[in-house]
Amino acid sequence: MPAYDNVKIARKISRPTALDYIDHIFEDFVELHGDRGFRDDKAVIGGIASINGIPVTVIGIQKGKTMEENIERNFGQPHPEGYRKALRLMEQAEKFHRPIINLINTSGAYPGLGAEERGQGEAIAKNLMVMANLRTPTISVIIGEGGSGGALALAVTDRVWMLENSVYAVLSPEGFASILWKDAKRAKEAADLMKITAEDLLDMGVIEKVIKEVDGGCQNDFGFTANLMKAKLESELEILMAKDIDTLLKERYNRFRSFGEFKE
Amino acid sequence: MKLIDNIKGGLDKISVETLKERAEAIKNALPKVSEKKEEKPETKEEIPEDCIKCPSCNNIIEKKSLGSLKICPNCAKLFRMNAKDRIKAIADEGSFKEMDINMEAANPLNFPDYSAKIKGLQEKTGLKDAVKTGTCTIGGYRCVIGVMDSGFMMGSMGSVVGEKLTRVFEYGTEHKLPVIIFTCSGGARMQEGIVSLMQMAKVSAAVAKHSEAGQLYVTVLTDPTTGGVTASFAMLGDIILAEPKTLIGFAGRRVIEQTIKQKLPDEFQTSEFLLEHGFVDAIVEREKLPDTLKTILKLHNCKKEVE
Ligand SMILES: [Zn+2]
Repeated sequence: MPAYDNVKIARKISRPTALDYIDHIFEDFVELHGDRGFRDDKAVIGGIASINGIPVTVIGIQKGKTMEENIERNFGQPHPEGYRKALRLMEQAEKFHRPIINLINTSGAYPGLGAEERGQGEAIAKNLMVMANLRTPTISVIIGEGGSGGALALAVTDRVWMLENSVYAVLSPEGFASILWKDAKRAKEAADLMKITAEDLLDMGVIEKVIKEVDGGCQNDFGFTANLMKAKLESELEILMAKDIDTLLKERYNRFRSFGEFKE
Repeated sequence: MKLIDNIKGGLDKISVETLKERAEAIKNALPKVSEKKEEKPETKEEIPEDCIKCPSCNNIIEKKSLGSLKICPNCAKLFRMNAKDRIKAIADEGSFKEMDINMEAANPLNFPDYSAKIKGLQEKTGLKDAVKTGTCTIGGYRCVIGVMDSGFMMGSMGSVVGEKLTRVFEYGTEHKLPVIIFTCSGGARMQEGIVSLMQMAKVSAAVAKHSEAGQLYVTVLTDPTTGGVTASFAMLGDIILAEPKTLIGFAGRRVIEQTIKQKLPDEFQTSEFLLEHGFVDAIVEREKLPDTLKTILKLHNCKKEVE
């Protein structure tokens, strides 16, 4: 199927959100708010919970399912304080040796006046750098859209997984087409060239696992996908937690170190 | 917020389906608007070949009167410097030893025309890609340096830029040397897709190691520093310097204006704006950069040239 069909499914307003997965997969979720600097960004949710009896920190980029909810969640487009909240919770997780699970679903970091004033670029950069060295196991799952630096800011993890119909890209196909060809209407064509589907990214080694969805998308059978994700998280946590932390960090470094194709 | 009012105004009457459609429509509308490119009326003015029109004071000036630092003699506007001139202006004479001279782009997505485009630019610019890296001394102090060049695909970061800069940090970590990066980039290199996005993480992880090893990293932000470069190594320096009146930002001005439906002030995303908001340590005049860098290296007890 054309890659743009995945884009459409990934953007469906009925697509299950980060909070849906948190409710289904984790127990005792206690939501923790705020970046301790500016405000609480509702596009990013986070807190502590347990899975299979293991305390973890779970963070998600949250879209809404109604227009009102989406306005509250800023359509899942975080401001710098959202990334800083995530960073605060991840550093807290490191302190208490809790594994971290990030659920990513954003078209991108919010492009706004306040976001720039408060250092959107700096906030994302800081996350990339700190996450590379967090001394605790980390897993991220792209559950819908994985939009550019705004998604990567939560995805510098030991494992990166995608739901079957989610997408992960340097830019939206519309943005890509308008930059390269000055014609956003060529988004479908762009989507095919960009290699943004879970299947393509698995082939390229950008992600480690694809989590299945039923035909038409996981909104048609949420339990199916959520149960799969739960089982995979449980077994992967066991593997990652058994590793010596220095080994884990070396492997994480090499994971990202290996990306790139060039001639010399 | 007009957008919100529009949406809320119709909320009670419309069905869920319409809501969905509207949400999609709004989302799709965001990038779409950027198609409309303001076309500047092209006033064909006769400018002699060895002259250039200063975009700031509008004077026609002789290119060579810009001098080696590329500064307008009338209004002090800073013209963009290529990597070669920049290195000449910063490194002690004869001290620069280039690393990874022959590294060049592959085509990870098999993107149509990408390889040809690279080839054409290599011939035109004499560069292999958008960054030059190497070791040098500044005021006698040894360091590893990376200088981006906006003349090569707007300094965009693909695999070559990512790999060369990663090696700069790894070299600095291994040899206990400070790193200085002159940034200048339109952001990620679109033609390498997700691979270019991954370079942000790769370089940032190398910065983290260099930092953990206690080594100094100074960034000098030059015009323009945007997108994925701003959202990675440009903002990770222990000390972040910028040239005056430099464009620095994450999202593009036009995208922001379309999102918030507001005109942005002129000083938005300039180095002065970033200084005011706390994201730049200092703005340094171009001619003072070598001295400032030397002082910073000195104050960090960096190693003087041996032998
Ligand atoms: Zn001038």
